[in-house]
Amino acid sequence: MTSRRRMTNSIIFVLLFIGAVFMIGPLLWMLSTSFKDKQDVFALPPVWIPSPFHFDKYKEIWEAGPLLSGIRNSLIIAVTVTVVGTFTSSLAAFSFAKLRFPGKNKIFLLLLSSLMIPYPAVMIPQFFMFSKLGWIDSLLPLIVPGLFGNIVMIFFLRQYLSSVPNAIIEAAKIDGSSYFRLYSSITFPLIKPAVAAQLILWFMGIWNDYLAPIIYLNSPEKQTLQLVIANFNATYAIQTDYPLIMAASIIALLPMLIIFLVFQKQIIESVAISGVKG
Amino acid sequence: MNAKSNLYRKEKIYGFLFILPPLLGLLIFTLYPMIYSIYGSFTDWDGLGQMNWIGLSNFTDLLSDELFHKALFNTLFMMLGIPVGITLALLLALGLNRGVPGTTAFRVIYYVPVISSLAAVSIMWNWAYNGDYGLVNQFLDLLGISGPNWMANKYTVKPALIIMAVWKGLGYTMLLYLAALQSVSRSYYEAAELDGANGFQSFWNITWPMVRPVTFFIIVTNIIGGSQIFTEMNIMTPTGGPEYASASVVFYIWQKAFGNFQMGYASAMAVFLGVFIFVVTLIQFRMNEKQSFDVD
Repeated sequence: MTSRRRMTNSIIFVLLFIGAVFMIGPLLWMLSTSFKDKQDVFALPPVWIPSPFHFDKYKEIWEAGPLLSGIRNSLIIAVTVTVVGTFTSSLAAFSFAKLRFPGKNKIFLLLLSSLMIPYPAVMIPQFFMFSKLGWIDSLLPLIVPGLFGNIVMIFFLRQYLSSVPNAIIEAAKIDGSSYFRLYSSITFPLIKPAVAAQLILWFMGIWNDYLAPIIYLNSPEKQTLQLVIANFNATYAIQTDYPLIMAASIIALLPMLIIFLVFQKQIIESVAISGVKG
Repeated sequence: MNAKSNLYRKEKIYGFLFILPPLLGLLIFTLYPMIYSIYGSFTDWDGLGQMNWIGLSNFTDLLSDELFHKALFNTLFMMLGIPVGITLALLLALGLNRGVPGTTAFRVIYYVPVISSLAAVSIMWNWAYNGDYGLVNQFLDLLGISGPNWMANKYTVKPALIIMAVWKGLGYTMLLYLAALQSVSRSYYEAAELDGANGFQSFWNITWPMVRPVTFFIIVTNIIGGSQIFTEMNIMTPTGGPEYASASVVFYIWQKAFGNFQMGYASAMAVFLGVFIFVVTLIQFRMNEKQSFDVD
């Protein structure tokens, strides 16, 4: 029985390994292409390990397009939104989970049901709203809505808070602690791991967003990183400079890859929980 | 007593204050635009001049708009990737759930495409689908198959996008299944084994029913996500592909609204999309009513 089980496991391991090659292969090919010279790119059969390695594309990309300002813009948006938005979201989650006020559950359901409204369904009026304010071609339309909080995060943190015993909060209330203090010095420290995982997921979502930036940002120096690399693709594909395009794309996904590898345990747990409970 | 009611009054004020930001955000950035979208869909709104009420014209125009039909068909067609992704992900999760060596590494590797920027992987796949030098055709060459120029052929552009979507989303679905499988109690399988059930029987009678809620969640979220597909076609086929064969509904909305400034017409499509997603989500809420979203 055990030997049969071991046999099956070996077969499964091999299959998983082949699958993993298919999953990671295209990304490795992208990385390898970024180190090639123009001739190697079109070599048949394909060259996986370029010889020699050309690192010059990684220097060239900074001159070839507004890559640096793209990174800066993406960072400004993602950091501002996630920091402020996490504060407003966790405060709201605390209120929904631990405070008593009339209409609470109805408001929560209202927020939750708004998740049914997809962004494309509201993007046109939103565009005109921001255009009236003169915010087109600025980062503001991408920042301001996020500052008001993220409903998915509120939902997740509220669920998480239900496992925090009410007694702690009640005791502090009796002691005359202010409501903001209840949040900041009791609740928030308790939910920190959940907050961190949700914050990272949100950050990734903003970093990788494409539809909203393409609507609002026109001038190259205002664009986010994703738009910048898409423009690299449009511009340099004609010149078949694939190493350059791939180098820029690698730069676009490297930060998230690093964050993921560092926090993979928390992220995977967070995703798993939200899916199973969702 | 007085102190207590005073405390409660304070709690009411703070409780409401703390939820004010998301509530305001909802009103300003979702509800108001949504109502405006609905209103706009009944007008000839062009973004500049007056909005004139034209009744259901936009919607009746959609009925005879060939490009819209194509975009709708393409969007629905590309959802064929959903059952493929679900099947593969469940098989992967079942494999990983047996505790084979390297489980963590596999989990990470399969999840990497999920966290990768969609713009970057669209660029990469576009190059991989290149008819002459692309990775995909070079791989097919090894098997003795000469592949087409994927993105330039109206019959292959959608399958190409489906393959990419399955690749991109597999890790996420696998992770959800893995979490669900781990919550299934071992005792069920032990009991089944004692009753002489074989592997397939215990899968069919225990595993599959136990992961049903997750399957359902995945189907619904995938339909919602799939109906909003945009980035891939914007980057890989900026003109909508050969004979508009890869344009999606959101792609067409975007083109009409921000390319042709037919805001009213685009709003009608946006409302159509919104209603579609609303209905899909409503079904989910209904079917999931007893197990989650219960506000106590």
